Amino acid sequence: MNITLKVWRQKNADAPGALVEYNVAGVVPEMSFLEMLDALNERLVAEGQDPVAFDSDCREGICGMCDLVIDGQAHGPDKEATTCQLHMRRYRDGDVVTVEPFRAKAFPIVKDLCVDRSAFDRVQAAGGFVSINTGNAVDGNAILIPHDEAEKAMDAAACIGCGACVAACPNASAMLFVAAKVSQYALLPQGRPEREKRVLAMREAMDQEGFGHCTNEYECEAACPKGIKVSNIARLNREYLRAALTSD
Amino acid sequence: MKLESKVPSGPIEKSWDKHRFDLKLVNPANKRKFKVLVVGTGLAGSSAAASCAELGYQVESFCIQDSPRRAHSIAAQGGINAAKNYPNDGDSVWRLFYDTIKGGDFRAREANVYRLAQVSNAIIDQCVAQGVPFAREYGGTLSNRSFGGAQVSRTFYARGQTGQQLLLGAYSALMRQVGAGAVKLHARSEMLDLVVVDGAARGVITRDLVTGRIERHWGDAVLLCTGGYGNVFYLSTNAGACNVTATWRAHKRGAAFANPCYTQIHPTCVPVAGDHQSKLTLMSESLRNDGRVWVPKKKGDARKPQDIPEDERDYYLERKYPAFGNLVPRDIASRAAKQMADDGRGVGKTGLSVYLDFKDAIARIGLDKVKEKYGNLFDMYRHITDENPYEQPMRIYPAVHYTMGGLWVDYNLMTTIPGLFCLGEANFSDHGANRLGASALMQGLADGYFVLPYTLGGYLAGAKLPKVTADHAAFAQAENDVVMRTRALLGTGGKKAPAAFHRDLGRVMWDNVGMGRNAKGLREALSKIPEIRDAFWKGVSVVGDAADFNQTLERAGRVADFLEFGELLAKDALAREESCGGHFREEHQTPDGEAKRDDEKFAHVAAWEYNGEGKEPTRHVEPLTFDNVHIAQRNYA
Ligand SMILES: Cc1cc2nc3c(=O)[nH]c(=O)nc-3n(C[C@H](O)[C@H](O)[C@H](O)COP(=O)(O)OP(=O)(O)OC[C@H]3O[C@@H](n4cnc5c(N)ncnc54)[C@H](O)[C@@H]3O)c2cc1C
Ligand code: FES
Repeated sequence: MNITLKVWRQKNADAPGALVEYNVAGVVPEMSFLEMLDALNERLVAEGQDPVAFDSDCREGICGMCDLVIDGQAHGPDKEATTCQLHMRRYRDGDVVTVEPFRAKAFPIVKDLCVDRSAFDRVQAAGGFVSINTGNAVDGNAILIPHDEAEKAMDAAACIGCGACVAACPNASAMLFVAAKVSQYALLPQGRPEREKRVLAMREAMDQEGFGHCTNEYECEAACPKGIKVSNIARLNREYLRAALTSD
Repeated sequence: MKLESKVPSGPIEKSWDKHRFDLKLVNPANKRKFKVLVVGTGLAGSSAAASCAELGYQVESFCIQDSPRRAHSIAAQGGINAAKNYPNDGDSVWRLFYDTIKGGDFRAREANVYRLAQVSNAIIDQCVAQGVPFAREYGGTLSNRSFGGAQVSRTFYARGQTGQQLLLGAYSALMRQVGAGAVKLHARSEMLDLVVVDGAARGVITRDLVTGRIERHWGDAVLLCTGGYGNVFYLSTNAGACNVTATWRAHKRGAAFANPCYTQIHPTCVPVAGDHQSKLTLMSESLRNDGRVWVPKKKGDARKPQDIPEDERDYYLERKYPAFGNLVPRDIASRAAKQMADDGRGVGKTGLSVYLDFKDAIARIGLDKVKEKYGNLFDMYRHITDENPYEQPMRIYPAVHYTMGGLWVDYNLMTTIPGLFCLGEANFSDHGANRLGASALMQGLADGYFVLPYTLGGYLAGAKLPKVTADHAAFAQAENDVVMRTRALLGTGGKKAPAAFHRDLGRVMWDNVGMGRNAKGLREALSKIPEIRDAFWKGVSVVGDAADFNQTLERAGRVADFLEFGELLAKDALAREESCGGHFREEHQTPDGEAKRDDEKFAHVAAWEYNGEGKEPTRHVEPLTFDNVHIAQRNYA
C-alpha cells in the first residue's frame, strides 16, 4: 500500500515546527508502524535528507520509549497498545496519517517527534521508592501478601512511564503516572512506613515540574497502553488527604 | 597478557565468605573521596550504582535511553531463579550451582557459579523489600514456576513482566540516591571510549545525545554494565539500542574479550514476517511450563493446526527428552526446532516455525488461570501476528536472544584493565556456553547488589591511585580519537543508510555464524565481514551534524563497532573445534545430533587480546577445572 504521512518536524526545542508531508510506498500489513517510519528514514538517509527523529527501543510495548500521537491519539488507534505495537494492517492503501509528538509543557520537544520526559524521573526521585539499603532485607516470605493484594499492586506497577496519560490529558496532568506509583506502594506493606511522606513529596514534585491538575477527564485511562485505571487516582487522592490530615 | 582468575583456594562453599574477609576495606569516611563511573542502568548498572552510593561513594551513572528505567532489562519476561526451596521440592544452593554449570555445558568457572547460587536468595529478599510485586499464593507466600534445564520449581516472577518489575525496583533505589544527591545521572549519554592512565581505567568519553557534545568524565573506577551484543545479528530479541560499543572500545584499550562465540538462540520467538522486520519478539520460556511444542508428523502437512488429529502430531521434545520434556535447555530446544524445519515439517507460510500449543493447559487449568499467568504475552503475540493464541497454537521459531560471551573478568568482576569492572550480560562469567532461563536477571542483580560493592572496595583500598582529573593528556587523546571517528562517519559522502549495512552484516552472521556453524561457513563469514566493513566506510550515509541530536550518527557508530566485533565472533567460533551449549559446530556432533564437546582440548575460556588495527588478535586461554561437579556429557533424556 501507499501511505501519506504528515509528520511534525522541529529542529529543536526553540525552533518553530510544522507538519511535512511524505509518501511511503510498499507498505505491507505485517509491518509495524515504526517499521514503516524506518523505511521512510532509510530512504531519506540514502537521499541525503534529514530523517525523522522518533524514539523507540524495545519495540514490544514494555520500555515506554516510543511516544507518538497518531491522528490525534497518543499511541494511535489501538486500545491498550503502545505505538510500537501498532501494525499497518490497521490502515488501507491511500490513507493519510498525521504523526505528532507527545505535547505537554513538562515534556519539551527535543527534536521532531522526540520529547524530554525527564520530569518523570524527578518525580520518582522525590519519593517513588522504599528506603531500604542493599543487604537489609528480611526473608521474602516473612512479609505475607495476599494473592489479590499482590495482583492489585501489580496492576498499578505495570505502568511503563511512557507519558501517554500526560499527552492525552487536556491539562497535561501526570496524575495517573503518580497515582500508579503511589498505589503500588500503598497497597503493599513494604510501602506503608513512608506512605504519607511519599505521596506529599511526589505530588509536590509533580506540581513543580509544571504538570496540570486533574479535572476528571478520564482521557488518561483511555490512552494508557497498560490499562492503568483511574481508580488509582481516587486512591492517590485518598492517600493525599490522609497524609495532609495526619502531617503536622 | 595474564589471566589471573583470583579464585580463592579451599572448599567452594567457603570461598566467597573467605574472600570477602580477605578483601581490604575502605574506611567509611574515605569512601566519599572515590568516584565511581557506572555505565549502564539495567539490572546490573542500577543495582551497582545504588548500592555503591548507599555505601558512600560518589557515583555517576550513564545510559543511552532518556531514562534509566528503559534499559533493556525492562523487557525480561519470565522470571528470576533463586535456591529458596520454598516449594520443598529438593532445591538447594548446591543444586542451583550444579544445574547452572551443567546447563552451561561445563564451560563456566565453578567458583563464580557457586557464589551466584549462594547470593540468589538474598536477591529475592532485597527485591521484595523494595516493593517488587512478585506473584503470590493465596496464603500470601511467594509463588514459583519452572524454567528450562531444571527439575525443581525455583523461578520467581511478576506475571510476564519480571524484568520490568525488578528493574523498576533497582531504578527506584537508584532514583532515591539521585534525589539524595549521591548519584549524578547522565541520561541520553553514550560512552564512546575508555580512558586509561598508567594502565588503570580512569574515565570515559561520552557523547551527549541531545546536544552532540563530547564530554570527559574522570573517576577512580569504571563499571561497564552495558548489556549484550546480540544485535550483531541485526535481528534479535534485543532492543534497538543494545550494542557492543562500550565493551568493544574497552577491548581496544586492553580488556580481553572472552568467548564471543557463545551466543544464545532462544527457541520460542515470534517468527520473521518479512524483510521490513526490525526486531524479533520473544515469547517467554515460561510458556513452556504449560505450552506443548509440536509439528505435524507428515512433511508439508498444510492443514490448519486444529484439524490435525492428536495421533498425527509429533510432540518432539516430549518424545526425544522424556525426563525434561518441553523444559529442556534452550540450545537443545532451538536445535530441535531447526531439525524439524530442515526435515520439512516446519509450519506457517515460510515453513520456519513450529507450534506451541495451550489447548491442553486451557482444558486442565482453565482459561482464566492461563490468562492470569500469561495474559500479557498472549496479547503481545496477538498484536504482532493478528492471531489469537487462546484459539489456535502460537507459531514460534528460534531467534538470537542473549550473549554469554563478554569482557573477561576475574572473580572480582575486574577485567584485564585494573579499575575496569564489568557486570551483567556484558561480562562472560557465569553461564558458560549456554545460559539457563531466569538466570540472567539473577546474575545481573548478584553482580550489582552483592558482589561488586565488596570487590570494588578491595580494589580501591589497595590501588594507590594518583590524582587524575579530566585535563590529563590521556583524556585529550581519547576525546580526539572520538572526534576524528565521528568526523569520518559524517564524511564518507555515501548513499546507503547505516541500517542497511547492519542488515547485510546480520545476514552473514545468521547464515554462517548462527544456529549451525561449520569451518567452511565461518571462513566465508571471515572474508565477507571485512568486505561489508570496507563498503561501510566508503559508502555509509550519515546526514546531519555531530553537534546535534542525530540518531543516524548514533546508529552508524554502533554498526561500525559490530562490523569489527562480528569478525572476532566468527574467529572465536572457528577456533573452538567442538560443540558446546549454544555453539554448535556441525563437524562435532553425536550420532543423534547432540552437541559433542572436546573436554581434552577445549575445557577452557578463550580470551582475546587486541593487538592493533589490522593485526591478528591473540587467543589466550584460562583453563577450567571441575573439582566439585563431575564433568560429563549433558543428558536431558
Ligand atoms: C526479551 C527478553 C526477555 C528476557 N527474559 C529474561 C528472563 O525472563 N529471565 C532472565 O533471567 N533473563 C531474561 N532475559 C535476559 C536479561 O533480561 C538480560 O540479560 C539482562 O537484563 C541484562 O541486564 P544488564 O543490566 O546486563 O544490561 P541491560 O539491561 O541491557 O542494560 C544495558 C544498559 O547499558 C546502557 N548502555 C549500553 N551501551 C552504552 C554506552 N555505550 N554508553 C552508555 N550506556 C550504554 C543502556 O542504556 C542500558 O542502560 C531476557 C532478555 C530479553 C531480550
Ligand atoms: S519501543 Fe518500547 S514500548 Fe514501544
